[in-house]
Amino acid sequence: MNENNLKFLEESFKKYYFEHSELILVPERSSEREFGFQKFNSGMTRHISIKDDKELHLLCMQNTPSDVYCSNAYYTFPNLPMNEKDWKEADLIFDIDAKDLNLSCRENHTISICNDCNEISKNHVKCLKCNSIKLEKKSLPCKNCINSSKIEVTKLSEILINDFKINKENIHVYFSGNEGFHVYVYNSQFQQIGSRERSDLVDYIMFNGAIPETFGMKKFKPNRSSFPDFGKSGWQERFSKQIFGSKSKRSKIISELLANGYSSFQKTLDDLSNSIGVKIDPNVTMDIHRIFRMPGSINSKSGLTKIFCKDLSKFDPYNDASYIADDSVEVIANCPMEFKLKNKKFGPYTNEKITIPRFAAVYMICKKLATLA
Amino acid sequence: MLALGQDEIAKYPFLADAGQYLKDKGFTLEQFGVDPDLKELILKAYERIQVAADGKIYKSDLIDNQVSKEAALPREVFSFLLAIVLLKLSGMHTLIKRFSLAEARRAEKYLEKDLANISDESKNQLAVRVIDDLFSVKVEKQDDYFTIPVSDYLKHSINFHEREWKLINRHVENGNVLLSPHETVRLIRKELGTYINSKIVNAKTPTMIPGFEDSVNKLVLLSKKFKTFTVTTGEYPPCVKHALEILEKGENLPHSGRFMLATFLLSKGQTVQQIAPLFKNAPDYNARVTLYQLNHLAGTSGSGTQYSCPSCEKLKTQSLCFATSECNNIINPLQFGKKKQ
Ligand code: SF4
Ligand SMILES: [Zn+2]
Ligand SMILES: [Zn+2]
Repeated sequence: MNENNLKFLEESFKKYYFEHSELILVPERSSEREFGFQKFNSGMTRHISIKDDKELHLLCMQNTPSDVYCSNAYYTFPNLPMNEKDWKEADLIFDIDAKDLNLSCRENHTISICNDCNEISKNHVKCLKCNSIKLEKKSLPCKNCINSSKIEVTKLSEILINDFKINKENIHVYFSGNEGFHVYVYNSQFQQIGSRERSDLVDYIMFNGAIPETFGMKKFKPNRSSFPDFGKSGWQERFSKQIFGSKSKRSKIISELLANGYSSFQKTLDDLSNSIGVKIDPNVTMDIHRIFRMPGSINSKSGLTKIFCKDLSKFDPYNDASYIADDSVEVIANCPMEFKLKNKKFGPYTNEKITIPRFAAVYMICKKLATLA
Repeated sequence: MLALGQDEIAKYPFLADAGQYLKDKGFTLEQFGVDPDLKELILKAYERIQVAADGKIYKSDLIDNQVSKEAALPREVFSFLLAIVLLKLSGMHTLIKRFSLAEARRAEKYLEKDLANISDESKNQLAVRVIDDLFSVKVEKQDDYFTIPVSDYLKHSINFHEREWKLINRHVENGNVLLSPHETVRLIRKELGTYINSKIVNAKTPTMIPGFEDSVNKLVLLSKKFKTFTVTTGEYPPCVKHALEILEKGENLPHSGRFMLATFLLSKGQTVQQIAPLFKNAPDYNARVTLYQLNHLAGTSGSGTQYSCPSCEKLKTQSLCFATSECNNIINPLQFGKKKQ
């Protein structure tokens, strides 16, 4: 990204951090956490300790970071190098991202930018102009992307509450600032478990690794009585709903399952992982040393704010997460897709000079679909 | 510590304070070496170890879960305590390992019976408390099942590689996993062995007691049978070779051992992709977790900190050091073979 564009983003972000300090708050037990930030076009600064909101605001004002991060882990010495920090515990975190949901809408709003010649196209294998394979995918998530992600968040919350008895108040949902949601779980029984334990917890939530016996199918002499039924808890209940549909169909479907046999049943279970398993990113949840984007900070991939969703069903990222100012700026846009921000429609643009509000300019420049005129 | 009844000490002798127990009964170790009636118990202790070495479970004199006769209880407990003394005197680690494992299996049987005992509330309370006190697993009874918080369950279940132990294949309800008495005890099998093992390893080694020599010598001979590990010259230090051998055999290398091996090989310039397959044989192998952990150690996963190989001194305290003369008083395994003789 060229100097002018960087300066422009920096200035826009700075204004945000100055005017919206009420949104940028340190999490609980802040002094036990590790903070980090990135500046435009430079590396990551980590192992910082911050004790309160004031210190955090100061950091944002002094450094104008492109991104700000904070650990879900609690340490005795958060600012020491990793092996001396003395890990204590970590909040559970889940990452749900529209790009991981295999949605059919994705191809309508995903384009590739050639890193060598900047050509924009819908071909994701190689650049049609210069044959380069150094392509960067950019997506402007649509309503379907957001709604599908919300469904996954709801599925996840249900498991957390019903199966793991986690208090609703301890589950916080944030819009990630780009294409999905981050779900935080505080004060649960899982605070102190390590990554291997978290990995198995992830498999439970994703419905990975289920064996036929668990759902009543035996290898030898299978019988009808051991299959799941309605009115049970956890996956037994969700299995029943998905596979039998209703009580009246249960008996007939069990006959079919028995007739198809053991290995076919295993296949049924594997498929269930795609339908009723929750699509979370396993690597995020099992990482207990990571620093995550801070709530209230701007995501430099989009210029949108990572923000707490008070009411998920009503939440609209294109309205509720855009906090950049609306003064007019002139850009040259090359954005083949239409998008909506703060209730205004923009695009598509083909290499044209346009005057648009700053928030829309920031969004497109972050997505590398426009440059300052 | 738990207050133990007569039966309990016989069933779970590792819970007793050995020295205190002898004192309470009015005996000293020396007496066992000289008194002909007591000396017989040393043989019994030797037998107990031999049975364990053969991979079998020692048949106790307990009948029907109860102490059969007045004399049986002290014999049970004494033979266990004396076995530990013999093991300490022989200094044979392979035997200590096998003995701990066999004793764990033996205790497991009693624990399971006690857990399932519905007629005697106190028995099943004790089993529940043993599991909680020793392994911090909160077990609660719920009808015919035992409930364990999911987080406690996971800490133990991840040591199993059979798919049935994955959480997805368990009955989960209200933040708990529901298990049968058998499964509950099976869950802590490995830790029970580790617990007994560490109790023996941490016990003080007495000086040789007259009358114990014969049995100790026989133990040293017995242990030869199990010695598979020989040190040869080569580029890797003994500690690293030992770790590699354990993995090759598909045995469980403790976390500290994996840490040492991985950091050593990373420092020698091997890549995460080269190292990961080494752990394939481990009983708890999980590709996703192994890669994550290696990348974390290598500093390629964001934190940027590369972990260094622990010092010889540290490895000694973790029982991972198998120093030979070739180690030549180096202070870190990475120096192995570099120091001038
Ligand atoms: S002395 Fe050091 S290098 Fe040698 S075996 Fe022990 S730990 Fe390894
Ligand atoms: Zn190109
Ligand atoms: Zn979409």
